[in-house]
Amino acid sequence: MLVNTIQRGIVIDHITAGRGAKIIEYLDIDTKVNTVAFIMNASSKRHGRKDIVKIENVIDIDMAVLGLIDHQATVNIIENGKIVRKINLQLPDKVMNVIRCRNPRCVTSIETNAPHIFHLIDEEAKEYRCEYCDDIVSVKGGLLDEIMH
Amino acid sequence: MESKNLLEPMDLTVEELEELFDLAEKIMEAPEKYTEACKGKLMATLFYEPSTRTRFSFEAAMLRLGGQNIGFSEAGSSSVAKGESIADTASTVSCYADLIVMRHPKEGAPRVAANSARVPVINAGDGGHQHPTQTLTDLMTIRSLRGSLTHMTVGLCGDLKFGRTVHSLIKALSRYEGVRFVLISPEELRVPDYVRKEILDKKGLDYREVEQMDEVLPELDVLYMTRVQKERFFNEEDYIRLKDRFILDEEKMALAGEKMMVLHPLPRVNEIAVEVDKDPRALYFEQARYGMYIRMALIMTMLQGKRRG
Ligand SMILES: [Zn+2]
Repeated sequence: MLVNTIQRGIVIDHITAGRGAKIIEYLDIDTKVNTVAFIMNASSKRHGRKDIVKIENVIDIDMAVLGLIDHQATVNIIENGKIVRKINLQLPDKVMNVIRCRNPRCVTSIETNAPHIFHLIDEEAKEYRCEYCDDIVSVKGGLLDEIMH
Repeated sequence: MESKNLLEPMDLTVEELEELFDLAEKIMEAPEKYTEACKGKLMATLFYEPSTRTRFSFEAAMLRLGGQNIGFSEAGSSSVAKGESIADTASTVSCYADLIVMRHPKEGAPRVAANSARVPVINAGDGGHQHPTQTLTDLMTIRSLRGSLTHMTVGLCGDLKFGRTVHSLIKALSRYEGVRFVLISPEELRVPDYVRKEILDKKGLDYREVEQMDEVLPELDVLYMTRVQKERFFNEEDYIRLKDRFILDEEKMALAGEKMMVLHPLPRVNEIAVEVDKDPRALYFEQARYGMYIRMALIMTMLQGKRRG
């Protein structure tokens, strides 16, 4: 399968297979306006299988959200058909409206307009703390899908 | 004060606490000098669940400073009953009042209020989460009656698992030098792992966990009693079996040192026998008085902070 290289934009490579769709959804890329190439299950030397997302003419994306969904992915910024910058993702220190608090006693369960805010407390365990109720959630592996908005 | 709100006890540094305690003591010594300290100021007490004790303490504090109060004492009687959000209520009330005091059954509700309020917000208890002015009261009482918060042995007795008051107090006291803890509770109600891991072990504090009071009473400087709440238990049997195991009575008081302070966040159920009330070491009602003075100091400081800001 061939997908043309892009002149200007962003290539998100080495996405854990199966997470590509989530990434497009959460990056809030308007697929009506932007040209997006989404390759699922490509073979990868590093991970066996991977997803790849290429977005034309978009450079400014939310790296925090990306880091949270899949911090193994790499981001290449493309200008004039060349990679001008490679970004290694990290777990963001603070995320807003990406993961939801599941504590039924938390104020976010009744205050529907309040943004769901989480702070990173343990990078290794991938643990985040709810800004309001201090409940701790782990975003390790499959757990993430459950607590995402 | 650094932060304009008081949402959890650790919002205040040890230095800021000292300033508050000093001011509270000055007010206690000469309350007549402060009767107009907050004249012309209005405090809103937004109580989404009833807590007469806490609300009276705040409102009495404001009235004694010459200020006034508005508010509601349960959600049913307010615009909240019509479904207004906490954020909108806080924004609206900010137009009328200079300070908001909020009690809410949901954890983190005062933080939501603080995010949209244009005046300082004090958390007066949010579910089982935080109750910073209770912690201030506990610290103030110990400091005033003992002279300091360092080098002492503090016994905490009762429900140490669900009682946030206890967790906050341990955390707050862990910042002072030479404080030893004796945690007295039934196996089922021991402090949760996070308190042990993140506070006691992490800071290398001197503590031990025991299942009965008698043997440790002689070494305690402070005995902090808590009630065992019925709703914490799945069945009546467990409740009945456990609640009576940690009752402080005259007989036990005889084992304690002459200067041991008995504290309790109140209201009590039966964990302190009424016969103990007349013992000079029973200081839990005195504690309620300190609670009002520390709230006076807090209200004054927060209103001044706002003026500076
Ligand atoms: Zn929460």
